Amino acid sequence: MTTVAARTAAKPATMAQALQRAMRDAMAEDPNVIVMGEDVGTLGGVFRVTDGLAKEFGEDRCTDTPLAEAGILGTAVGMAIYGMRPVVEMQFDAFAYPAFEQLLSHVAKMRNRTRGAMPMPLVVRVPYGGGIGGVEHHSDSSEAYYMATPGLHVVTPATVEDAYGLLRAAIASDDPVVFLEPKRLYWSKSDWSPESPAAVEPIGRAVVRRAGRSATLITYGPSLPVCMEAAEAAQAEGWDLEVVDLRSLVPFDDETVCASVRRTGRAIVVHEATGFAGPGAEIAARVSERCFHHLEAPVLRVTGFDIPYPPPMLERHHLPGVDRVLDAVARLQWEAQS
Amino acid sequence: MTVQELPGAASYRPTPPPAWKPRTDPAPLLPDPEPYRVLGTDAAADFAPDVLRRLYTELVRGRRYNTQATALTKQGRLAVYPSSTGQEACEVAAALVLEDQDWLFPSYRDTLAAVARGLDPVEALTLLRGDWHTGYDPREHRIAPLCTPLATQLPHAVGLAHAARLKGDDVVALAMIGDGGTSEGDFHEALNFAAVWQAPVVFLVQNNGFAISVPLHKQTAAPSLAHKAVGYGMPGRLVDGNDAAAVHQVLSEAVARARRGGGPTLVEAVTYRIDAHTNADDATRYRGSAEVEAWRRHDPVKLLERELTERGLIDEDGIQEAAGRAEEMAARLRERMNADAVLNPMDLFTHVYAEQTAQLREQAAQLRAELDAEAEGDDR
Repeated sequence: MTTVAARTAAKPATMAQALQRAMRDAMAEDPNVIVMGEDVGTLGGVFRVTDGLAKEFGEDRCTDTPLAEAGILGTAVGMAIYGMRPVVEMQFDAFAYPAFEQLLSHVAKMRNRTRGAMPMPLVVRVPYGGGIGGVEHHSDSSEAYYMATPGLHVVTPATVEDAYGLLRAAIASDDPVVFLEPKRLYWSKSDWSPESPAAVEPIGRAVVRRAGRSATLITYGPSLPVCMEAAEAAQAEGWDLEVVDLRSLVPFDDETVCASVRRTGRAIVVHEATGFAGPGAEIAARVSERCFHHLEAPVLRVTGFDIPYPPPMLERHHLPGVDRVLDAVARLQWEAQS
Repeated sequence: MTVQELPGAASYRPTPPPAWKPRTDPAPLLPDPEPYRVLGTDAAADFAPDVLRRLYTELVRGRRYNTQATALTKQGRLAVYPSSTGQEACEVAAALVLEDQDWLFPSYRDTLAAVARGLDPVEALTLLRGDWHTGYDPREHRIAPLCTPLATQLPHAVGLAHAARLKGDDVVALAMIGDGGTSEGDFHEALNFAAVWQAPVVFLVQNNGFAISVPLHKQTAAPSLAHKAVGYGMPGRLVDGNDAAAVHQVLSEAVARARRGGGPTLVEAVTYRIDAHTNADDATRYRGSAEVEAWRRHDPVKLLERELTERGLIDEDGIQEAAGRAEEMAARLRERMNADAVLNPMDLFTHVYAEQTAQLREQAAQLRAELDAEAEGDDR
């Protein structure tokens, strides 16, 4: 019999709560950690990810800024120069674009420009991706832009546990981290307990979420649940799929990915971002270069279409779902057909 | 035609929205109509003679630095040099009004400000020489890297000043840009953040008339660049940028105001770039020699020299001494810049991340192999 107290203790935590807890713990440990962005203070963020931080730590450490992304990131650069560790929120993926010059010209390059004298220990939190019915400019997957910029780490959690562990690691990192938060997973839950937070996860390691023998699905962030579901569904068709969650796009964990592909001999990259010159193009090329002799089929990509993010009533046709992944799995039998 | 004058609207008198109240009386924020001047006016008599002499020595040295650096571009020792000849008063004053703990945020044209603040003249030229991007430790000198993108260093200055104030430190940041930079979005955002946060920052705009070739009237429709301050809720000051004493005084007041918690100030120094934008630019395509000559007659070095001479604060020996010191600096600079830089190509991979990624280690190994093969080829 479950008591009320036990139910409360076992209440599943959401990814949003785990992220909030990560910032809270980091702020409690280090007075130089500050959170800044539009609406992060009194409101607690439009997704409530920063809920309660201003109340607990004061408005100087969880700061509602003027509405100006270049200004938010640009001032954060100055604060980082002075020894603070800003955690900057961009509110929505496409809202981050005005800050790109600061990100590309200064955040990513400051360590390099100054021969290591001025590292940039800051985190740019970007809620990204679709699937929440947002209107235009609220659902972009911009990871390829960030990945193409040397000097940045690009990280994206897919589980509640990783949301905590990776954000803690990102804040602790002496390099700038673009922290992509899959917004359709904000309300995903797990038994992760805020009372006993998971270990801090080092940036740069992929993880095998499901072991399998017949093909590897390489994915991250919002597409992980899709791939897990597809792997279960494929079981019935006789496919035993392995699922690799990248967690970190930069640095890229060639080791884990290639070890998996060498075991299975087949690979499909799955993500929401557009396919042409998207993250999957890089990943497929790397896998082909490193695992060519182990491959029994070309590396395939299952991605969003090469279109501007569609309006919400059509987004389900754009986002790669279980069926599209399964179609690709079927195409892996190409060698038998050709 | 106002709203009240619209046809058919005669009986409609709009009232302000319920929450409306003017935030600030704009009058104290507005700049004076004429650029503030000290040299040749009564105000000069109150000016500390030792500061005037110091300014003069630095101006003379600065002028010589500009001509020497420009000469180095012709000898191929500098990739490029954006000269600040004609603008030395702004450069020198910006450096001298700051305390040790303060920070300077220069643009690419402000090498001289960095040198006047005490930076090694060769280290200050590293970027323009091409052996690395920043040749000095910015923290050691509290001089941010010379910034090539326009106005993007201004929010850095605001953030740093804000952070220092949060920590309770007595630090002021002075950020420099040109007239063209005031059209950039980062200029707007930086000023807005600074005013909202009341950050201890001073913005110095050197209005030298042209953004490469585009004249000020095509850059802005504002009465002056100093007027832009009003909309942000900070004072704007207009100063003769060739009057070293005036620039020093206006900046000193702005720095003092920031230091005592009075918030940011926007200073527009009206000056002129005597040389072309850089050694690669042909200024005769967009401006006439009469205009340049008129500004030569308003030369910052001569203006100060005349004041010092007329007031008996310097004699011919003093002038010669300043020139001699400048010449020594130029000779040392020439000599040191003529030595070839020793570069290590492996540094390409050293400062991308705190710890090299596996991908960078692979690429570093590739370059190492290429270098070894090159060396082997040399031996044959």
